[in-house]
Amino acid sequence: MKRPSRSLMIFGVLGFVFLYAPILSLVVFSFNESRLVTVWGGFSTKWYGELFRDPQILDAAWVSLRVALASATLSVVIGTVASFVLVRFRRFRTKTLLSMMITAPLVMPEVIIGLALLLMFVAMESILGWPGQRGIMTIIIAHSTFGAAYAAVIIQSRLVDMDLSIEEAALDLGAHPVRVFFDVTLPVIAPALMSGWLLAFTLSLDDLVVASFVSGPGASTLPMVIFSKVRLGVSPDVNALAAIIIGVASIGIIVAALQVSRSKKISQN
Amino acid sequence: MSEAIAVTGLKPWTDPNAVPFLKINNVTKKFGAFTSVNNVSLEIYKGEIFCLLGGSGCGKSTLLRMLSGFEDLTSGQIIIDGQDQAGIPPYKRPTNMMFQSYALFPHMTVEKNIAYGLKRDGLPRAEIATRVTDMLSLVQMGAFAARKPHQLSGGQRQRVALARALVKKPKLLLLDEPLGALDKKLREETQFELIKIQESLGVTFVVVTHDQQEAMTLSSRIGVMTAGKIVQVGTPREIYEYPQNRFVADFIGSVNIFEGRIAEDGESHVVVACPEAGLGIYVPHSIAGVIGQKVAVAVRPEKMQISKGDLGDLRNKLSGTIDEIAYMGDSSVYQIRLDSGKRVRVNQSNLFRSEESSLNYGDRVNLGWAGNAGIVVTS
Amino acid sequence: MSSLPLGSRIGSLLGRMGLKGRLLVIAIPTVWLLVFFLIPFLVVAKISFSEAAIARPPYLPIVEWIDGFFRVNLNFNNYLFLLEDPLYLAAYLGSVKIAGVATLIALLIGYPMAYLIARSPPDQRNLLLMLVVLPFWTSFLLRVYAWIGFLKGNGVINNLLMSIGIIDEPLVMLQTDFAVYVGIVYTYLPFMILPLYANLVKLDEAYLEASSDLGALPVTTFFTVTVPLSLSGIIAGCMLVFIPAVGEFVIPALLGGPDTLMIGQVLWNEFFSNRDWPVASSVAIVMLFVLVIPIMLLRWAQSAGEGESR
Repeated sequence: MKRPSRSLMIFGVLGFVFLYAPILSLVVFSFNESRLVTVWGGFSTKWYGELFRDPQILDAAWVSLRVALASATLSVVIGTVASFVLVRFRRFRTKTLLSMMITAPLVMPEVIIGLALLLMFVAMESILGWPGQRGIMTIIIAHSTFGAAYAAVIIQSRLVDMDLSIEEAALDLGAHPVRVFFDVTLPVIAPALMSGWLLAFTLSLDDLVVASFVSGPGASTLPMVIFSKVRLGVSPDVNALAAIIIGVASIGIIVAALQVSRSKKISQN
Repeated sequence: MSEAIAVTGLKPWTDPNAVPFLKINNVTKKFGAFTSVNNVSLEIYKGEIFCLLGGSGCGKSTLLRMLSGFEDLTSGQIIIDGQDQAGIPPYKRPTNMMFQSYALFPHMTVEKNIAYGLKRDGLPRAEIATRVTDMLSLVQMGAFAARKPHQLSGGQRQRVALARALVKKPKLLLLDEPLGALDKKLREETQFELIKIQESLGVTFVVVTHDQQEAMTLSSRIGVMTAGKIVQVGTPREIYEYPQNRFVADFIGSVNIFEGRIAEDGESHVVVACPEAGLGIYVPHSIAGVIGQKVAVAVRPEKMQISKGDLGDLRNKLSGTIDEIAYMGDSSVYQIRLDSGKRVRVNQSNLFRSEESSLNYGDRVNLGWAGNAGIVVTS
Repeated sequence: MSSLPLGSRIGSLLGRMGLKGRLLVIAIPTVWLLVFFLIPFLVVAKISFSEAAIARPPYLPIVEWIDGFFRVNLNFNNYLFLLEDPLYLAAYLGSVKIAGVATLIALLIGYPMAYLIARSPPDQRNLLLMLVVLPFWTSFLLRVYAWIGFLKGNGVINNLLMSIGIIDEPLVMLQTDFAVYVGIVYTYLPFMILPLYANLVKLDEAYLEASSDLGALPVTTFFTVTVPLSLSGIIAGCMLVFIPAVGEFVIPALLGGPDTLMIGQVLWNEFFSNRDWPVASSVAIVMLFVLVIPIMLLRWAQSAGEGESR
């Protein structure tokens, strides 16, 4: 293979600098003594301490974590069932509709999804008396809906690649179709379920717009709190929070990547 | 009672009182406008290794999948051991399948793969354990019980797939290109092993393959398929020596076809006037035909002889020029151009070791075959 | 059977339901998405035709039952309002312009990077791809926030440039359209690079060699062979950046200035500040129509890309 030219390499390096410089500066300045976030005033970890004493941030983090755990799990369940139905079932009447609905959230601006779901919740409440108070529950539903769309993309592609005869073999050996799904299909697509879950989890933790629409009083997610702080300008404890999130995400990604490359090596042998 | 045919030497299909174990009655399968299997009827007896042989897209795999229950029939009937299989899903059929890709469960060990089907039958754990162990030793995979499929070689996976399908003692074992994924040498060894296992268990095998070598070695009988139809059923010897039509003659092995018209139709012989060959070809069997009818004579290349000298009292003799010689080691293949321009292929065994061939390009040779070497094919 | 995993037991339980099980399985995602995705849009469409009111919820019903008669209050005023007030038209045009320019910049940066990764040795590709995707897994909001610290008057860039002596006065970058471009390009660059990479990595180098063998200069080869063959990747990448950028709210809210007009922000303000739900709904409906063509382009590009890989 021909090596890329030198100028292209330089361009690539600059591209990665562009991607990483802002993130690194967040981390660096989270250890800054000075309140002026971008002027170095000596090393300090005091903003981390401040962060962990801020009840508003801690509450919001707890809300976000619960929402993300629940909605990621729901997303994978809905995404898996939808993918399975779309990939494995023969034609049925609502197939096109389902396929359209599961992919549409991927290309829908967040403001529209948020607005539509809120109006839906309001309408449901006036007709059914549910969901009553908007809050964690409504955010979970909203996040599960677009999380399922992302999870379904990953799971569908894995299902399409999967050797159909493995499922047929289980049928042939006497397993009922439902059993085949749990005994064979799920274990084989487990890595895709895991990545789908992680993606939905991250998206939920990250979402500001949809949560702002569908949440009610008393249920503020972490992005909502960060946004209201950041709107007023830079603040060093947000940097500390960012550093923590970046650290956790990086470790997670690196562990996952190592896992994937190891399992790839095994399957190649 | 072991009906294993190769052991007993019985040929149940020649016995008018024998009851077929598997009956396929007028089975048709259509995918939209495309007819994949066209009105196929077959009777297969207990203990047979029956091969469905044909090129890709001939419908053999579809027929197999209908036996296992993965495809519905468009019309017709499949009866296994007296029981109509209509409406019975794959997981309730008395058949098991060995898949072309082996389809081993990648997340289960060899042992768990083999035990899977027995667990579905709800057998007691102790019995499952014994049967799995027995099966593992039958296919000589006892040492690999705890391995996952990706830690096995192709040949080992093939054995596990076979064991997994056999352990349920199916009435019918369906094998889809069972040796297709193995390299040539391993394939030849495995063929004989497969026969040995089949004989020891007495299970009826239906094998789908596109490899005529494999079909000839394995089967008690072969069904040759093309375009969704069975064109001939017979033992490997019958199929090879007495092809009923040009497709079978051409598909199994190689053959020289001489076009002509019936010139003489006797009690126990036919003479086919063949302008291409420049003579009337004598064939010592009668056919149901009329004088002047267009037919063809098929002659296998290895049944022909060539020589620069005289060929003695061979019934059919002509002459030509050597065009091509291909030295294959055990034999040589000659392309002979007849005076009419037709090219004929002749195989000669290399019986003696020599550095130089006695026949060379451009040599004028005599060529002939015994009367009973040829066969008339009408369609 | 006692050693069966839980999943298997659920399996055999469901198994007894037979054919009804199939319907149930189809129903789970279908009903969920109907209720929480499709019907909400119909609700938005409905409310966009109703009249705002000081009430809970803050709009009047479209169909009323008054004195034994149905009264239908179908109200096009919200849409007329969008036409009359130049703010909205400017916001739509502004969104499309900003998203379009940002997409172009992202393409100019993303294409060479994708090309570079696709032409790297295979063992390095996954690492490089991971480096592209990694920022995506950290918080979007915080990545936008990072640029505030970079771009503001006494931010990292101004401090750097002034300490080298290139400028004496800090540049005004934050709260300008420039900052919005930077923010969009930065956050959506991975969406540009991934489809381009997926496309370019499949590009057989023999085509490029054949082109140069037939006498084409590298530049000619690039524009006559590489670009046409990666067209579906280019369109997919561009639409994956353009579509969310049009409706973007966070980036203009944090990095943009008072002059930055984007429709996502307008909708947000209409809803949260003015509490005019019907106008917000009609803004959303019109935005959907604006996005129809880009969405169709994306679908085409994705199916074309799939077709090539089969």
